[in-house]
Amino acid sequence: MPAKGVMPSPTRTPGASVATEEHHAVVLDGVRRVFAVAGGRRLGRATGTAPEPVVALDGVSLSIARGSVVAIVGPSGCGKSTLLDLVCGLQRADAGHVGAVGQAVLMPQGDTLLPWATALDNAALALRVAGTPKAQARERARTELEALGLGRFTDSRPDALSGGMRQRIAVARTLLSGAPTICLDEPFGALDAITRAEAQAWLTGTLAREPRTVLLVTHDTEEAALLADRIVVLSPRPGRVVADLPVGLPHPRRATDPGVVAVRARALDALGAAGRG
Amino acid sequence: MLAALILLAVLGGWQAYAGLSGIDEFLLPSPTDVLNAAWDDRGLLWDNFRVTAEEMGVGLVVSLVLGVGLALLLHRSGALRRGLYPLLIASQTVPIVLVAPLLAAWLGYDLGPKLVIVALVCFFPIVVPTLDALSSTDPGQRKLMAGLGASRWQLLRFVEAPAALPALFTGLRLAVAVAAIAAVLAETAGSESGLGHLMTQSIPQLETARAFAAVVVLSLFSVSLYAALTLAERRVAPWAHPPKGPVL
Repeated sequence: MPAKGVMPSPTRTPGASVATEEHHAVVLDGVRRVFAVAGGRRLGRATGTAPEPVVALDGVSLSIARGSVVAIVGPSGCGKSTLLDLVCGLQRADAGHVGAVGQAVLMPQGDTLLPWATALDNAALALRVAGTPKAQARERARTELEALGLGRFTDSRPDALSGGMRQRIAVARTLLSGAPTICLDEPFGALDAITRAEAQAWLTGTLAREPRTVLLVTHDTEEAALLADRIVVLSPRPGRVVADLPVGLPHPRRATDPGVVAVRARALDALGAAGRG
Repeated sequence: MLAALILLAVLGGWQAYAGLSGIDEFLLPSPTDVLNAAWDDRGLLWDNFRVTAEEMGVGLVVSLVLGVGLALLLHRSGALRRGLYPLLIASQTVPIVLVAPLLAAWLGYDLGPKLVIVALVCFFPIVVPTLDALSSTDPGQRKLMAGLGASRWQLLRFVEAPAALPALFTGLRLAVAVAAIAAVLAETAGSESGLGHLMTQSIPQLETARAFAAVVVLSLFSVSLYAALTLAERRVAPWAHPPKGPVL
């Protein structure tokens, strides 16, 4: 995309032209995102220092197949979270196009559960926001939590739940939005290794039960290799796609499977090469 | 428990000083004098207490409505916040002692002017923490709601309002603590009843022990209100506090 910097009127067009191919749930085409950050001096305007633009993403093009799990890995600050914001319509691209078929719902970093609400009411939040009456939303949330093996936590408030359970409730809340595409930002990043492995296995089972298109941002190549059908590696800022690795391994996977180890090694190589470049 | 011990120690010292120094009862009544006065004048104290309790109670409800309303309004609109906040702060510099007699002249000797003064003093400690809490909700939770396509109202309903509830209670507790002073001030400026009125009447009549008894009644009422608020907060906002622990 040589002309990406000068593309006019950047838009996010849900279900529109850019995502025409039926098997694509999300399409990014030459996406660029720039943040204006105040210059070195505090009173930039007064002293005549122009704000210094920071390019978060540059020339990112991706087509994400419906029902696939795509891991986005990259060093911190490479624009991974920005990419999810763009897909979910929380930010607009400065150039290029972002298209999503149907709604894409974000699970922000950290569990962002509401501390005053029970697990049940937290899970029901997406439905409540969508206008479902309280009783009905709770009933559906209860059914979903039970189906996902979280039924015994329904009446607990988040402060009574372990980190792993909180993340699962947050994933359940995201699924209950009914959106065909869900964007998970470091869903298990704050968990210890054992809890994380359990949560990953749980997510694999959950997605087998309820297939969705998933964008999974992670800094953990092992997590990417265990969960994803495809791994997209971004370079340090400005984030560009430096590797696009199909995984093609059957589930369930273990971290020690030769296939997983090999894919992980390729992702790490790509990260390393991007970091040096 | 500790508070009771400290109180006992202070009362003991006070009683001993009043007894040993031979100081006149109308200058410094001993705790037992105050207790006797409280018993002898219980009917008088009760009647005047009801007047002051009404001023404080209704005044606090007015402050609550006004405080929450203003907090929501200023939270909703940045322009209103910039325009009104300085005025709210300025309202707190109004010298109540000077304004109270004027209010009595304008509005009469009954409940009206007292409500104005109690509300003027009490709405401010409610607005400030509530407004701060409304506008400092967790950015992650805001992002979550934005991602779910929540409206401004839904953000308030599901996130901002519950997040601000503990701060509202903090403000209410501060308001309760200053409501008694406000009511007494308002009564001294012009009234025919109430504990503040009783206090100002008792001193020139050399019934100092009765004035002290009125202060004790008022203190007990304030402390009870404060404790009741803490209990209410535990029911309404249980996530913000440990389930057990002292009420005061």
